[in-house]
Parts: sequence; structure tokens; C-alpha cells
Amino acid sequence: MSKELIREILAKHGRLSASIETLNDNSDLYEAGLTSLATVGLMLALEEGFDLEFPDSLLSRKTFSSIEAIEDAIDEIQN
Amino acid sequence: MCTTHSQLDADYDNYREQLISAGLLVPSGVAGVYGLSGTFEGIIESFESLVTRHGNKLNPEVVRFPPIFNRQTYLATDHIETMPDLLGSVHSFEGSTLEHLDMVHKLKDGEDWTSGLSPTEVMMVPAACYPLYPTAKDTVLPEQGRLVDLRTFVFRHEPSPDPARMQIFRQREFVKLGTPQQALEHRNFWLEKGQEILKSVGLNVIAEVANDPFFGRGGKVMAASQQEQELKFELVIAVASEEKLTAISSSNCHLDHFGSEFNITTQDGNHAHTACIGFGLERIALALLKTHGLDPDNWPQEVREELKL
Repeated sequence: MSKELIREILAKHGRLSASIETLNDNSDLYEAGLTSLATVGLMLALEEGFDLEFPDSLLSRKTFSSIEAIEDAIDEIQN
Repeated sequence: MCTTHSQLDADYDNYREQLISAGLLVPSGVAGVYGLSGTFEGIIESFESLVTRHGNKLNPEVVRFPPIFNRQTYLATDHIETMPDLLGSVHSFEGSTLEHLDMVHKLKDGEDWTSGLSPTEVMMVPAACYPLYPTAKDTVLPEQGRLVDLRTFVFRHEPSPDPARMQIFRQREFVKLGTPQQALEHRNFWLEKGQEILKSVGLNVIAEVANDPFFGRGGKVMAASQQEQELKFELVIAVASEEKLTAISSSNCHLDHFGSEFNITTQDGNHAHTACIGFGLERIALALLKTHGLDPDNWPQEVREELKL
């Protein structure tokens, strides 16, 4: 469920050069065209979509590096 | 070491007042905006000459841009998205006689008169290399890339009691446009050369991985990303404070950020990578004055000789 929402948000806010359908959960989003500026938009959209706030400790490049990494970070915040 | 704000502010106030008392800085009534004495300016000129002697060995192109540049060029960079709190937009009056009178009346009545102004075609330059990239728009670089020597005043809206944090100051830069390898080699070369030059005048700088002051919470992601990729190095030294060191030079890799934005390509058809080294000239003068004393006549002989003072 959360992966689907992540994909939806990523497709809308990630400004990726690759199509979201071609990415698996472990694909490197930076290689798929995610820029550091787009990461900011993605972060804000994820916060709104999941109703949470990323703590400073998770504001790193790694957190947004793949769909799975984003899900892990969201799990960590929610639990 | 943990430095409290009050201690840091005291250090800033102390060094700033020393500089003002010595006549080196002339206060303007606005934090971070000063007039500079002939002695201060002489230090900058001498240091720049030293940098030129080193830089000329690489036979760079030399271009000097003014501190304002095309608003459209500014908007083509992502500065407004990453550092909106530092930008400077130039506005002027373009209205009718009636609107002029209205503006003057508002001014005299203590109301907001600035609503009568319109944005001009120019913005303040936020970094010395920004005006360069549009001049290379849609070009294919020569095989060896391009090396450009730049210097301009840059504006950053960050009023501060720290005399080393000026709102407008000069950056001397060497920018490389080329392949990823050429850009990285340039950055690495100048990271070493910058330390060599600064140490030759007695400034024992330390190289640190750094990040730009990106705006807001989102900026923390960008800053972390920049740090993790080691895209920015700063050469730091004690200026106003012994505990909180000040960057007096920085070396930056922009990857293909500007190359793709302005469609600058290399011989293989890929977007060019760019990298730059920047010397903060006012900060270097302040570091020299802090390290060697407020009177250059009394500086160590070897420093005076290196700077040809």
C-alpha cells in the first residue's frame, strides 16, 4: 500500500527522466534522474501524503535513493 | 568546542570594532556593508596579483562581469529555488507622473512606497561564475575545455555582525568547463593550489568538506547530498572567532548542472561539467589582518615579499 503511494508521489514530484513503471523497488532514483532539488519537492510531498515529518537525521541522500529506502524511512518514522 | 552565541557575537563585535577603529573598515549604518580603506584595498590588490601570477601559468581567458546580470539568466539557474533568502533583485520606478507623486507622498507619510517600484531587467550576481554560463549557451567546447578567470562583486542578503560576512564582496574565480574528468581535475588542482597560495602568505588554512547555505528544511537534504558527494570544499581559518572558523576560499564541482541548463556540450556530445575555485578577497584581507596584525607595515618580511607590499 505504502509503496503504491510512494510511486504515485514519485511520479508526480520526482521529475524523473525514467518512467516510473520501468523502476523496481530497488532502482537507484538518482540514476533515474532524481535531482537534489527534486528531492526537496519529493520530501515535502511525501510528508503531506503520509502526514509525517522527516527528522533531520533522515534528511540525507540515502533516504531518497530508492522506493524501498523511502519506505524504510517512512516505516522508521511511523514506528 | 562549544561556542555560545553571546561569545561568538562578542568576538564579531570585538574584531569589527578593531577594524573600524584602525580605519580599515568604514561603517555604513547597515550590517555587512562597509567602505574599505586604501590599506585594505591595497591588500586585496596585492593578493589578487599573487593569484594572477599563479593563474597566468594556465593561460586562462579573462572576463570581468559587473555585479548585476540578466534577470532571465538568473531565472535559468535554480538559485531562486535553493537560496531565495540571499537573492538581490534590482527594482526601479517606471510609472507615470501621477504614480510618481503617489510614491513620494507615501514615502513622506511613512507608508510603503516600494510598492510603486517594478523589477528591472537585472538581478544582483550571487556568485562570480553565474554570468559566464549563458555566454557559452548552445556551444560545443574545445577538446581541452575552457578555463576562465573571473572577478566580480557578488551580493548575498545576509546582514551580520561578523565583519567577515559582508553583504557584497569580491570573488576571484577560476572556472573550468569541460568533461567530467577535466572539471574534477580542475577542482582537485585548485584545492591544492589554493592552499599553497594561502599558506605562502602565512594563512594556515584547513580544507573541509562543506555545503552551500540552502534554504529551509528542504535545504538540509540538498546540503546533505552535497556533503555526501564531496562536491564542495572550503579552506577555513580563524578570522573573527578562533572557535568558529571562516571559509576564505571554496572549490566546487557543479557536475553537469550548468552544462545541461545552458546546453553547453563537450566534443562527445554530452553536457559539459563545470567546476570552480573562488577566493573571497575581502575575507582573505581580513584573515591576513587577523593573522599578521592590523598594520601591514609590520607584517612578517616573507609575507610582505610574497605579496610584493
